[in-house]
Amino acid sequence: MKVVVCVKQTPSTTAVFSVENGNVNWEDPGDKPNVLNPWDEFAVEEALTIQESQGGEVLALTLGPESSQEVLKTCLAMGCSDAVLVSDDAFEGSDTLGTARVLSAAILKSGDVQIALFGKQAIDGDTGQTIVQTAQKLGWTPLTFVSKIAEIDPTAGTITVERLLEEGRETVTAKLPVVIGVVKEINEPRYPSFMGIRKASRATIPVWTAADLSVEGGAGAEASQADWSKVYALPPRESAVEIIESESVEEQVRILVERLFEEKVI
Amino acid sequence: MSGIWIWVEQRDGEIKAIGQEMLGAGRQLADSSGQSLTALVFGQDVAGVARQSFDFGADAVLGCDDETLAEFRVEAYGPLVAQLAQQKNPSVILLGATTRGRDLAAWVAAQLNAGLVADGIEFGLENGTVKVTRPVYAGKLLAEVFVKDNPQIITLRSRAFAPAEPTGKDGQAEWVPAVVGEEEIRTKIVGFESSQGDVSLTDATIIVSGGRGVGGPEGFEPVQELATVLGGALGASRAAVDAGWIPYDHQVGQTGKTVSPDLYIACGISGAIQHQAGMRTSKIIVAINKDADAPIFKLASYGIVGDLFKILPALSAEFRQRLGN
Ligand SMILES: Cc1cc2nc3c(=O)[nH]c(=O)nc-3n(C[C@H](O)[C@H](O)[C@H](O)COP(=O)(O)OP(=O)(O)OC[C@H]3O[C@@H](n4cnc5c(N)ncnc54)[C@H](O)[C@@H]3O)c2cc1C
Ligand SMILES: Nc1ncnc2c1ncn2[C@@H]1O[C@H](COP(=O)(O)O)[C@@H](O)[C@H]1O
Repeated sequence: MKVVVCVKQTPSTTAVFSVENGNVNWEDPGDKPNVLNPWDEFAVEEALTIQESQGGEVLALTLGPESSQEVLKTCLAMGCSDAVLVSDDAFEGSDTLGTARVLSAAILKSGDVQIALFGKQAIDGDTGQTIVQTAQKLGWTPLTFVSKIAEIDPTAGTITVERLLEEGRETVTAKLPVVIGVVKEINEPRYPSFMGIRKASRATIPVWTAADLSVEGGAGAEASQADWSKVYALPPRESAVEIIESESVEEQVRILVERLFEEKVI
Repeated sequence: MSGIWIWVEQRDGEIKAIGQEMLGAGRQLADSSGQSLTALVFGQDVAGVARQSFDFGADAVLGCDDETLAEFRVEAYGPLVAQLAQQKNPSVILLGATTRGRDLAAWVAAQLNAGLVADGIEFGLENGTVKVTRPVYAGKLLAEVFVKDNPQIITLRSRAFAPAEPTGKDGQAEWVPAVVGEEEIRTKIVGFESSQGDVSLTDATIIVSGGRGVGGPEGFEPVQELATVLGGALGASRAAVDAGWIPYDHQVGQTGKTVSPDLYIACGISGAIQHQAGMRTSKIIVAINKDADAPIFKLASYGIVGDLFKILPALSAEFRQRLGN
């Protein structure tokens, strides 16, 4: 069984942002400004777990600029069999729907894929839309917020998963092929192995451009339906903290409770 | 093209808090843009939900009552909303940014090749187009986003909009047939284990959270006690979740839930940037931590520097006395 895992490069979680003339820039105190989207680590791990139980290959796929092949190297180092960078100026500035169109074309080009894995959301826009949109474009079943893959039955062509929803856990059986979005609970991502890192550093990653894919419906800035022109820094929280000090704990909590009643949040 | 549509999320015939919030947000948008408000009501045995939607201010209800819609499945709901939108051309469709609302919005936008803005916390009108304000980069920046063409599909965050109030209004719903038959639906829901009794984190007005500072699974007892006294939900940092002290569905932060309660009480949580990503929009933040230099105090409105095992029981006792429970 061939599994595709779609990953994105995002700013690190510790990145510090600035906005100048509508352009967003960031730096990282730890000097690693761009990372594999943290949610996608769980998707990669799950893809590798499926490979270990079902056999087959895992292909890591990203749509992005040249520099985003760094995250594919991380995927290879973790154990993915192959990686493909989808990159073309024509795809730049895609909204999630454009991204979904490109990813679905790339997934179809990858061969006989039964499962495409995604992270819950990318921590740049935090939208989480790409999963369902890619599934809709492929005509596959989307399974989002998946916290466990309970069973894969390749002969029956079915998969059973648990989904983590607001009020509890849903168990659902679906016909393959499926697009799966995973949440953190599903596993603990492995660290890249020494061998994996060596393999990844030597790998040349193939690039697919617009000419290699039959993308239907348009992608890139032209086709984008959303105007994201205005981005700005969050106004800082106004109130400085009031540290409640007193002789006794009883007095401290009495004052705190008083304040919270005054704030009308109780 | 006109008309504001909102999806009334319901479960077992009960409108969920987010559904009532969408009715409120939709009413606001309909009034300011001079359009009518249509509530989308889907499910099985949902005549009551339709009636209630009128009461909560909808001008019209577009409903579908069908066995295939008893549980939310995006393959059944998505094509239905897409088809209705194609027939009736609304200008805006609002949905709650819940697990189901996000799925539904994404499907409908993909099927209609329409634009979609997720996770709005505020909106306004500019030249007839909805301007949505939403957090990006884990809430470190804000963006104002427009969808260029109709329908403008928008999801809105829980607790960002005031719920609609009953108006006493009544009306006649328009009922339409389902568009996807059971045999075409490729998913079956075979089980549901509800996390009953727990207050949902995303809907909670008060959240009390514990971090590594609680020291172990038992350490969550005083945290839970305070949550119970306040009728709030129990949250946690990733450190506590990863240690196995508390299940993942309690995790607040960048790789957990994003919450926005009126009151967030962080106990034994240092306030790492990734934790802040999930709770910084809380109205009032209280930090209880024995380290006066913990970053959480920079974000907090009120703080007590001290041992949570001494402070929390005293705090619960004080609240109990004040609240008379
Ligand atoms: C990609 C990524 C994603 C992440 N996502 C999340 C996320 O979603 N949510 C999240 O929370 N974290 C997340 N983190 C982890 C985050 O960086 C921190 O490691 C984590 O939030 C720390 O949890 P903590 O505050 O409970 O623990 P610590 O940082 O260890 O803090 C414990 C605090 O408890 C205090 N304390 C100890 N004992 C007591 C006592 N008896 N009384 C009072 N105070 C006491 C200490 O002074 C300390 O400040 C993520 C990290 C990464 C890299
Ligand atoms: N450019 C991209 N290339 C590959 N995968 C992507 C890309 N953008 C998003 N994804 C996948 O879609 C998921 C959800 O992203 P988003 O909808 O942007 O929040 C991510 O966790 C990735 O798995």
